[in-house]
Amino acid sequence: MLTYIARRILYSIPVLFLSSFLSFVFVSYAGNPLGNLRSNPRIPANTLRLVAERNHLNDPVVLRYFYWLKDFVTDKMGKSLLTFQPIWPDVHRTILHTAQVVLIAECLAIILGVAVGIFSAIRQYSVFDYTFTSLSFLGYAMPTFWLGLLLQILFVDIYLKWHVRIFYTSGLNNIGQGTWSLDRLQHIALPVVTLCVVSFALYSRYMRASMLDVINSDYVRTARAKGVAEWRVVTRHVVRNALIPVVTVAALNLGGLLGGAIVTETIFTLDGFGYYFIQSLQNSDFYAVMAYLVVTSVIIILFNLIADVVYGYLDPRIRYD
Amino acid sequence: MTDSPTPVPPAAQVAPPEQTIDGMVVAPATFGEDSTVAAGLEVAVRSQWDYARRRFLRHRLAMIGFVGLVIIFGAGIFANWVAPYRPTDIDLNNILHAPAVAGQHYFGTDDTGRDYLSRVIYGIRTSLEVGVTVAFVSSIVGLIIGAIAGYYGGLIDNLLMRLTDLVLTLPALAVLLTAAALLGQGSQWRLTFILAGFFWTGIARVVRGVFLSLREKEYVEAAKASGAGDARIMFRHILPNTLGPIVVNATISVAAAIITEAALSFLGFGVNPLTTPSLGGLLSSAQANPQQWWLTIFPGLTIVLITLCVNFLGDGLRDALDPSQRRVRA
Repeated sequence: MLTYIARRILYSIPVLFLSSFLSFVFVSYAGNPLGNLRSNPRIPANTLRLVAERNHLNDPVVLRYFYWLKDFVTDKMGKSLLTFQPIWPDVHRTILHTAQVVLIAECLAIILGVAVGIFSAIRQYSVFDYTFTSLSFLGYAMPTFWLGLLLQILFVDIYLKWHVRIFYTSGLNNIGQGTWSLDRLQHIALPVVTLCVVSFALYSRYMRASMLDVINSDYVRTARAKGVAEWRVVTRHVVRNALIPVVTVAALNLGGLLGGAIVTETIFTLDGFGYYFIQSLQNSDFYAVMAYLVVTSVIIILFNLIADVVYGYLDPRIRYD
Repeated sequence: MTDSPTPVPPAAQVAPPEQTIDGMVVAPATFGEDSTVAAGLEVAVRSQWDYARRRFLRHRLAMIGFVGLVIIFGAGIFANWVAPYRPTDIDLNNILHAPAVAGQHYFGTDDTGRDYLSRVIYGIRTSLEVGVTVAFVSSIVGLIIGAIAGYYGGLIDNLLMRLTDLVLTLPALAVLLTAAALLGQGSQWRLTFILAGFFWTGIARVVRGVFLSLREKEYVEAAKASGAGDARIMFRHILPNTLGPIVVNATISVAAAIITEAALSFLGFGVNPLTTPSLGGLLSSAQANPQQWWLTIFPGLTIVLITLCVNFLGDGLRDALDPSQRRVRA
């Protein structure tokens, strides 16, 4: 197992190298990184020339990539070409905000999704099953941005009509409030619900399908035949095995979301990693965009690896060698 | 998902009311009257496609999805005739008019008095064009890459699959946004091809898998022995076996492309909202008027309906095109 993990990590280094190089070439050919500065009439041409010189912007793109890579690795992701501020503090701050929202949402979604999936499968074709299967179909078809907008409209309306503030519809905190305060909860509740509904639809569908697969398998019939009590069959034989594919999906989904829930964060103007990316992109802050792309690629590769390892650990029939 | 034969409880064997596949209720596949043979020994000859068509027509949800899509996409295709107004007609006397039958604005009007129903219908047209083109182009690209990788194997396979892995490890939405922002520049067709550049990986993997397993079959060997070239074997002998998964995958990717395009337009990096109304663009501009609920409800509801119908249709096609389903009538 350890050699497998080591090999995967070693293999991901050239992948990251290649993908960051491609992104870099792509980003640098597509626009002038100093475009925003150039359009500012108060910056003299000489300054621009100096800035370009100091950041090696006149060199061929391959060289520039290595300059950028050196800064990225040795200088904590380097500095923005737009503001000349270091990138790392922004990344650090926003990714923690994203992690808070995403982890709360995913925990809720997994608990609810697994529970609903179990009951749907045990009581197949019951009213409960039909209700939640339809709901998860709906949740699956619902674009995140629409759900977010609906929640936002609803709570703006509630505030305007009755002047009660249940949840805030944008931002992260009122002034002077901390990371784990009621105020923060009121702010992140709606993004959490938005993310949770979408993930819940995914997990409950997976859990139900995987439960049904296991319920009809031979070893469950054997367990029943030798007289194991029904609840014990379900908890010991069925649920445990049915969880295996769900854990994998959850790991992959978590990896995708931790890289910034771009749409949700943008709707609720949440100071997360995805919103940071959108703002950098709008400002043509190319090195910040590059930092985002590299960090999210690392997260995705990491969670792919975690998913595979956990799968191999939970299901002894899978062997990596 | 998997089509392992589900044991049918004894009571159900007498009169099977319904067969479930992946949580979907499927109408029982029984012998049609014409094949139970009135005349005695003759049995109507049916091809694989006949069976597929029959299974599809009996799939209730798939038919609902199909009819729903015909209506929604029909409105989009014939937008010029269906829409009551042109999407760009400005009526400054009727700004932010709530939906009403009386004023002939069934979906209300937006902040410059444009008829919202017309804008949604033209938005459907944009979504449809993007979705179908992306599905088509990405299927062709995925098909070719998957076929070459699976058929030739070895180094070529390794290279092509590493390329696929590379695309899959990129954060899709972020790269799409970057590409759309830098290359798309609001053009619908540029955006379509950017999307297609990310959608081919799924098809490529499926096709490769089928090619890998089928190229060792006896009939392929026979074709080789009788002097068929590589291209003929690939496209004439193996390809038809991959059509089922390809059709299902393409159907689902229509919905995925429509949602992705809407997300890009919503974030302001998609189709230029000034020239082309799109469902995501409409939702984006609706954010300026959160009090006018209809501006948000109708485009979003349209996207949800399209996605639901496409998913139903895709599930039905998957069940219908799976030849192993024949066991149902055995």
